[in-house]
Amino acid sequence: MDPAIFLIQVLNGVQYGLLLFLVASGLTLIFGIMGIINLAHGSFYMIGAYLAYALTSLSGSLLLAVLAAVPLTLILGFLLERLFFSYLYNRDHLYQVLLTYGLILIFEELRSILAGNDVHSVTVPSQLSASIPLTDTLSYPVYRLFLSAVCLAIAAGMYLLIQRTRLGMIIRAGAYNPEMVRSLGIDIRLLYSGVFALGVGLAAFAGMIAAPVSSISPGMGDSVLITSFVVVVIGGIGSVKGTMAAALLVGLADTFGQVLLPQAAGMIVYLLMALVLLWRREGLFGKTV
Amino acid sequence: MMARKYMRSSDALALGVFGCLLAFPFFGGDFYIQLITKIMILSIFAMSLNLLVGFTGLVSLGHATFYGLGAYALVFSSPQYDPANLWLTLPFSMLAASAAALIIGTFVLRTNGVYFIMVTLAFAQMVYYIFHDGKFSGGSDGVYIYAKPEMRLFGLDLLDLEKTFNFYLLALFAMAFCYGALRVMLHSLFGRTLLGIRTNERRMLSLGYATFRYKLVSFVIAGAFAGLSGYLSAAQFGFVNPSFLGWHQSAQALIMVILGGMGTLSGPILGTFALVLLQEFLSELTQRWLLLMGGVIILAVIKLPHGLAGGLTTLFSARKCTLRAWPRIQSVFSVLDFRHHAARLKFIGRILSQTLRKTAASMRKRTSAK
Repeated sequence: MDPAIFLIQVLNGVQYGLLLFLVASGLTLIFGIMGIINLAHGSFYMIGAYLAYALTSLSGSLLLAVLAAVPLTLILGFLLERLFFSYLYNRDHLYQVLLTYGLILIFEELRSILAGNDVHSVTVPSQLSASIPLTDTLSYPVYRLFLSAVCLAIAAGMYLLIQRTRLGMIIRAGAYNPEMVRSLGIDIRLLYSGVFALGVGLAAFAGMIAAPVSSISPGMGDSVLITSFVVVVIGGIGSVKGTMAAALLVGLADTFGQVLLPQAAGMIVYLLMALVLLWRREGLFGKTV
Repeated sequence: MMARKYMRSSDALALGVFGCLLAFPFFGGDFYIQLITKIMILSIFAMSLNLLVGFTGLVSLGHATFYGLGAYALVFSSPQYDPANLWLTLPFSMLAASAAALIIGTFVLRTNGVYFIMVTLAFAQMVYYIFHDGKFSGGSDGVYIYAKPEMRLFGLDLLDLEKTFNFYLLALFAMAFCYGALRVMLHSLFGRTLLGIRTNERRMLSLGYATFRYKLVSFVIAGAFAGLSGYLSAAQFGFVNPSFLGWHQSAQALIMVILGGMGTLSGPILGTFALVLLQEFLSELTQRWLLLMGGVIILAVIKLPHGLAGGLTTLFSARKCTLRAWPRIQSVFSVLDFRHHAARLKFIGRILSQTLRKTAASMRKRTSAK
């Protein structure tokens, strides 16, 4: 393979992986702290993308759209936790699966009512629409590099928030022993709502910034959901480090799979997951029980 | 004691359902016969999933894989334009589905809890993409089956399945067979072991049970029945496409199990009827019926965690608590109770005979005093 093409594929794979990390980290956050498996997580990604599309066509600027949409998704997450997810604590995973599946149906139908079933797209903002030439014939779009940088910044911010701040300490303690946190006088309900809103916000933000490089279409939530499940399984539940490693691995495997083995591209990541599970059943960074 | 009562009322419920279903084609029109056939076929699928979810404690989100494989196995084993032979293709479908369940089961059963949910989903998606992207399977458009299978034995066509009524009978028989097989299995030692694993796997493990093997056998049997259901679906609709294998199909089956009541034998049948009839009703009502469906699912999870069968059986087993007036109703009817009359007659008789004896004695005294 030509080194320049190889480099492009690596960059694409890393960018896709970082995007997956944003979605999967929200999933693993919600599961790790509240013990809820959320099938509607892919819908939040979809909501983010459609919000970006709608607000960009209103305001004409992706930056403005994202600035307006992020608080909206945080409020949505907060309300959803209060309305529905509060029923799911300490319930069997089965009920969590079903209730969140019900939410998927509602979101899909609402999307179909509000935005129709056509495929939409968002144009890359003009400040970032340039390309960096790699060779005489090949170049790499700046927006994709910007995307990777933003994802990395968010990941670093998440790490600092959870590992280095007082709030992060309370969140970690809440995952470990909610009763103790409550008896220390901390409002655990508010904490849960906040964590859930953060998870929703992460998924939706990933959808927003990915909007210019992907087509906005029905069913986009499904594929992202299942791929981020694969990421979580490979990385090991509850491990942010594992999620990052697995996201990059899956991103690269998928990108190279589409170039090298286009016939089997759809199932490369699942094969990868099967291999990892054969080797380590709790995932790469999971705790072995 | 409690468990026996539970099973018994569940059996009564199922017998009632089978009776009604047998009588139905004599009253219902062609459209409804086909609808009920579809429901019965899907209820086999739901029952097979319930073996995993309700009786073994394994929440699988990829059960449609075996349903879809059963359906595709009919396609691959039947000639292009002629009808397939049911006696050969049906066992082939069930075998193919259970072989796949054996392979996938050895992978997914290494995990448990939430991992199991995600891994079954991921494996199901893998199989989905094999059929979706493959040329051998007709891709995303799927394949048509031009003729229903025939039940030809020794050159004799036993039952012409092209007739709606006959196919209905086949589906009813398959459902009853599946119900009976699960009933027998769950009351055997094997079934008891599965229930034990559902309740506490670690304890069963320390009692010396090789729980992995039990779970795998349960997974394979569930796969075989799902294959049967897929086979019948493919035969009824006359086509197969990758959505047979998709995860929405698996999620729907989970909803049927929960709606009916997991862990009961007849629950999945009730749940399938409830869900499909509700879908028919809502889609008549509005184009945007999925919106309502989502709401109904959420309500069912919040308000009906034990499902319809669970709701009914608790109503029956605890009727003294739910029907406060029951003892009073009983006491009203006790006037008519023969045993009570006999006792009362005896009591009256005793009093009468005592008074008679007393009067007789006092009269004798008087006469003797004179």
